[in-house]
Amino acid sequence: MRVATGELRQACPCGYLIASIQSALSDTEVVELRDSLLVEVARHRSRGVIVDVAALDVIDSFVSRSLSTVARTNRLRGAKTVVVGIRPEVAVAMSHFGLGLDAVDTALDLEAGLELLDR
Amino acid sequence: MSEEIRVPIASDADTIVARQRGREAALRLGFSRTDATFVATAISEIARNITVHAGQGEIIIRGLSEEGRDGLVVIARDEGPGIRDVAAVMRQEYASEAGLGIGLWGARRLMDEIEVASQPGEGTTVTMKKWCGFDEVGRLLDDRRPSDPTPGS
Ligand SMILES: Nc1ncnc2c1ncn2[C@@H]1O[C@H](COP(=O)(O)OP(=O)(O)O)[C@@H](O)[C@H]1O
Ligand SMILES: [Mg+2]
Repeated sequence: MRVATGELRQACPCGYLIASIQSALSDTEVVELRDSLLVEVARHRSRGVIVDVAALDVIDSFVSRSLSTVARTNRLRGAKTVVVGIRPEVAVAMSHFGLGLDAVDTALDLEAGLELLDR
Repeated sequence: MSEEIRVPIASDADTIVARQRGREAALRLGFSRTDATFVATAISEIARNITVHAGQGEIIIRGLSEEGRDGLVVIARDEGPGIRDVAAVMRQEYASEAGLGIGLWGARRLMDEIEVASQPGEGTTVTMKKWCGFDEVGRLLDDRRPSDPTPGS
């Protein structure tokens, strides 16, 4: 299925969901992505979801807060959320800003994200 | 860059345009990719404040040259409700990620200077400046890009 200028797929056979964002997102699209992540994780009874943000050249307070909301909500339902692919310059900006992606697990890339979920 | 870039802000899609223009301008002016990302992120916050708190407005971006320094200025203007107590908003020294008031606080940390002028009922003008050349971390990151040819490897 497609979500907000991204793609959400069931990662077979591991049973995790993978959402890869394809382009810059407006706040409206961020909300759509957040909501579809929550709905799809519940629908697929996923134990983990990976959100690939490598396409985002800006992660501001709104995106950060939305990802934290997804992670916190999923955790209450027994699912892990891993954000992968934060660009180096975006990571520096987030840390200057003070955005810590509260409650979110992070990994360098998709492969590392899957490893983290398998642990 | 002597020309001025103006981006009308009426919806959250315009915010994407504004921060792209800001990033491009910063790169043209010689900022590192990291500093250009700081500028784009700060623009994202103040453009959101226009759409959320004022409805519409505009973002103006231009190059700066003052006292032998080069840089960039971003001006966000709207004719919305204004801010009743600017000092209180700016005084905030800590803002939690979940709470209110993180946008301007973050913009202040990402840029070198920020000024908020506002009167209730008369709109808000946010002026943010960033100067070239203070960015050690950015230079380190740019130097380490895998696409860059590294001597001897
Ligand atoms: N352009 C604006 N017009 C009116 N009020 C604004 C504007 N920008 C900021 N504000 C006010 O300043 C407060 C702090 O803004 P900000 O730091 O971005 O946090 P947030 O937008 O998350 O509340 C806002 O809650 C709002 O009351
Ligand atoms: Mg704000």
